[in-house]
Amino acid sequence: MKVKMLSRNPDNYVRETKLDLQRVPRNYDPTLHPFEVPREYIRALNATKLERVFAKPFLASLDGHRDGVNCLAKHPKSLATVLSGACDGEVRIWNLTKRKCIRTIQAHEGFVRGICTRFCGTSFFTVGDDKTVKQWKMDGPGYGEEEEPLHTILGKTVYTGIDHHWKEAVFATCGQQVDIWDEQRTSPICSMTWGFDSISSVKFNPIETFLLGSCASDRNIVLYDMRQATPLKKVILDMRTNTICWNPMEAFIFTAANEDYNLYTFDMRALDTPVMVHMDHVSAVLDVDYSPTGKEFVSASFDKSIRIFPVDKSRSREVYHTKRMQHVICVKWTSDSKYIMCGSDEMNIRLWKANASEKLGVLTSREKAAKDYNQKLKEKFQHHPHIKRIARHRHLPKSIYSQIQEQRIMKEARRRKEVNRLKHSKPGSVSVVSEKKKHIVAVVK
Amino acid sequence: MRAGGLPGFYKPSVGQLRGVCTWIVVRVGEMETAPKPGRDVPPKKDRLQAKKKKPRRYWEEETTLTAVGASPGPPRNKKRNRELRPQRPKNTNIAKKSRISRKPQLPKKPRERGNTEPQRSVSGAQDPFPGPAPVPVEVARKFRRIDKSKKLPHSKSKTRNRLEVAEAEEEEISIKAARSELLLAEEPGFLEGEDGEDTAKIRQADIVEAVDIASAAKHFDLNLRQFGPYRLNYSPTGRHLAFGGRRGHVATLDWVTKRLMCEINVMEAVRDIRSVWVRHPLPENDRALTPFPLNNFSSPSRFLHSEALLAVAQNRWLHIYDNQGIELHCIRRCDRVTRLEFLPFHFLLATAAETGFLTYLDVSVGKIVAALNARAGRLDVMTKNPYNAVIHLGHSNGTVSLWSPAMKEPLAKILCHRGGVRAVAVDSTGTYMATSGLDHQLKIFDLRGMFQPLSARTLPQGAGHLAFSQRGLLAAGISDVVNIWAGQGKASPPSLEQPYLTHRLSGHVHGLHFCPFEDVLGVGHNGGITSMLVPGAAEPNFDGLESNPYRSQKQRQEWEVKALLEKVPAELICLDPRALAEVDVISLEQEKKERIERLVWSRPQCSGPTTLPMLPVPCPPKYGTADGGCHISRTLRISPLSNPHLRATTLRPKLPSSRSQSGRAAARQQAW
Repeated sequence: MKVKMLSRNPDNYVRETKLDLQRVPRNYDPTLHPFEVPREYIRALNATKLERVFAKPFLASLDGHRDGVNCLAKHPKSLATVLSGACDGEVRIWNLTKRKCIRTIQAHEGFVRGICTRFCGTSFFTVGDDKTVKQWKMDGPGYGEEEEPLHTILGKTVYTGIDHHWKEAVFATCGQQVDIWDEQRTSPICSMTWGFDSISSVKFNPIETFLLGSCASDRNIVLYDMRQATPLKKVILDMRTNTICWNPMEAFIFTAANEDYNLYTFDMRALDTPVMVHMDHVSAVLDVDYSPTGKEFVSASFDKSIRIFPVDKSRSREVYHTKRMQHVICVKWTSDSKYIMCGSDEMNIRLWKANASEKLGVLTSREKAAKDYNQKLKEKFQHHPHIKRIARHRHLPKSIYSQIQEQRIMKEARRRKEVNRLKHSKPGSVSVVSEKKKHIVAVVK
Repeated sequence: MRAGGLPGFYKPSVGQLRGVCTWIVVRVGEMETAPKPGRDVPPKKDRLQAKKKKPRRYWEEETTLTAVGASPGPPRNKKRNRELRPQRPKNTNIAKKSRISRKPQLPKKPRERGNTEPQRSVSGAQDPFPGPAPVPVEVARKFRRIDKSKKLPHSKSKTRNRLEVAEAEEEEISIKAARSELLLAEEPGFLEGEDGEDTAKIRQADIVEAVDIASAAKHFDLNLRQFGPYRLNYSPTGRHLAFGGRRGHVATLDWVTKRLMCEINVMEAVRDIRSVWVRHPLPENDRALTPFPLNNFSSPSRFLHSEALLAVAQNRWLHIYDNQGIELHCIRRCDRVTRLEFLPFHFLLATAAETGFLTYLDVSVGKIVAALNARAGRLDVMTKNPYNAVIHLGHSNGTVSLWSPAMKEPLAKILCHRGGVRAVAVDSTGTYMATSGLDHQLKIFDLRGMFQPLSARTLPQGAGHLAFSQRGLLAAGISDVVNIWAGQGKASPPSLEQPYLTHRLSGHVHGLHFCPFEDVLGVGHNGGITSMLVPGAAEPNFDGLESNPYRSQKQRQEWEVKALLEKVPAELICLDPRALAEVDVISLEQEKKERIERLVWSRPQCSGPTTLPMLPVPCPPKYGTADGGCHISRTLRISPLSNPHLRATTLRPKLPSSRSQSGRAAARQQAW
């Protein structure tokens, strides 16, 4: 007879002293872990609920401006520094860690229309309603010195926007035409026009640095190549585009914030159909900015809210609003992709977390592991109706909520009408136009 | 659709609580290396490698010159490796293996950085075991969650890609888990006869003599003739034993140290006993009914060792005692209970009563979740399926019915015996069910698929009690004898030809329970309690986070909180516990149809003239009137589809017509 009984030595399973860690032997045998799927489902449900519980995105409000904030700029080298221009011509530089204004400049008479930093971070440019372009040093003046711009360029017309080249000492302004300037000269290197309307914003492509995009009030988006004297091509939309923003990771993708409450993500190689139409806002979209990862962007709207959209989704994943925030005019996603700043009509700049329920600060390794595990679970069970409902739920102010309902009804009515027309007309005489193509009027090359 | 078919799903096991992060990291690291080549590819690559000469670094040259002497440059060095490799007998025994095991055994490409560096060591010695360690197929199969035999559904390329990625991830997880088997500390026990010796002839005394002192101490008899026949129950960790005698004797003890925790006499017949592992069951409904209302929240005795609670089915009502023997609750809604089962992950106490009702009591909140009328007379045969928490009831007409609290009807009925069913047991994997009936038959059924009988055997007197051990041993109590049958391994049914062990007791067997994680079978009989040694019965390696026999007070408290947090709702009990991870195709189609119905018009097909289906427009329900609306909501309440957890999945459809109707109603209700 050969016999062996299971006989464990407790010393192998119990810690020796109180100072030791508890021993936790593991066995991943599935029969020892029954109800794997239901338990994971409940864990995912709990994680989703906790995510909503901890969703407190609002971090700080930077107040000090004495008029509405019209434009924002990030510092290319310092995460803590942010610049803002207001409607009374004042430019302020803020320190985000201290949440304080560190410098105030009366830069222009009238609005500060545009502000941009130089790629090296030593100076910045502003344009204003007083038809000037001013270059300022990033550091404040020394003791006894006066606050003066480094250079001032007097133009003939009002400039409405400015953007700096990402690698060279060149910047572009827009107004009645798009001007490309060398920093050393007082006259533009070249001016480009296509049509006669005022251009509201101009943006350099961060990857293909010679490319520019601009949008004008005659409803078009025009693309330029700095190396040639004429514009490349333009696309005409139903309504006016307010701003565009290039994807920092994909050179040929840009997103346009439109007056018709939508955002359009275009592939510049095929402008006739947008890659995605992002719709969730209930009023004109005023500004858009990409996250440095190129996966998401944030948009600011006249409906007093900002929304975060994934690039490949047509619906937003997040909406931020507060009782006091009025029409949001400008928005920026910080370079560490963790925060969002928005400047609004009621003179405040607000700082938000990009992930509403994210825990700030250093995480321990166990916290990190738990976070990753929960994230994976949420991803795994995201399509389950109960979890989806909780994850999707957002509280909205009554004005936005009722407007959403109203617009849903309007949209439904339009669609019904279209269907009826299709139903009662000769087959083939009425064609169905997809939502993507509906808003594109023409592409001109 | 296949298990885990939802796009992009990856399944971390319940066990991998903390492993996800590290797993991701490892996976990314492996992704950098290109997919492993087939068997004939590496020489080709090698040739390419030789043609494209790698620029030689100065430090490389030095080491090769000093260490290997006159050895040539890297390309030829690799070639030599290639020549040497086949000398290892690596492919001899793994020639016929599935893809899953072959993959990690393949030698990696010589270009891979991680592989070449250890091979070209300073001494010139070679790694004798290049590549990852081999994984046995059987072990890897144990951990696999996706059924590879099913083909991927036809889908768009993007979805398909995600499915394939998910599948690859899943495969990798199973291999990793299989590899971690190596770290398990304990080996299972065994009992083997000398050549020709029948293990069934070996007596307990012989085993006790042969084994070590600690194991020998696990064999004991409690001579309790006075309060006779006993039923008994071990706690899930296997540390504590609770037993109750027919004449009212109830006791719990830490059976390893033989320390008595409490002993009372309830002065009433005890029919069944179960240890319930939750700290604060607060049946709010029943507190008012408690004959001895215990508002001793300030009493310190409550906090001393509130390790376990004891559910005792007494003559009239169900009583709950704490482990001091203080009565906490008397649950009068469960009356004349004959059998008890505790579902630990759902915190449900299932009771079968003489009245024919199967009642589920949620012990964490103290509510009765469901009271189901089995419509089969007195119930006194009950067992739980530990795999899916379905309750099996044996009836006097020879059927076994399967119940879940979510359904008013049985999930299935199996005709097992001619004559009544005397005992039912289900093994820990939920694959096999053993039944014994009044026809003296002992049968084993396969619970997968169509509930086919696998084997049967006639016993001289028929078995009155059955129990499965963790490793699949089947014990049967036949009057005063306990017979134990063993199978080939853990995942095989016990073969009924030759018993593995037999033992005669001093009285008729009244209760059987294998101790978890110990090679011990507890037998309650007329003469008291016997703890039998059954080598090879229990799972040798426990998981410290699930049920740890050696856990400390703090660990137990932490575990309790975690367990309560992830309490599985009673509605999720169904035949296939993995159904929640699958796509509910029926509801999906239904929803699609409803959506089209709601929108009246779907996107016209590209070809041909557009013809529009005239679909009925749903009219809104009339609230406040006694027709339509009320009826719908009433059907909704009982329909499993109205449950928000369940709408993504289906229970096994039992009554297709009524189900689809209620589902339709639910979907329509939702649409409005």
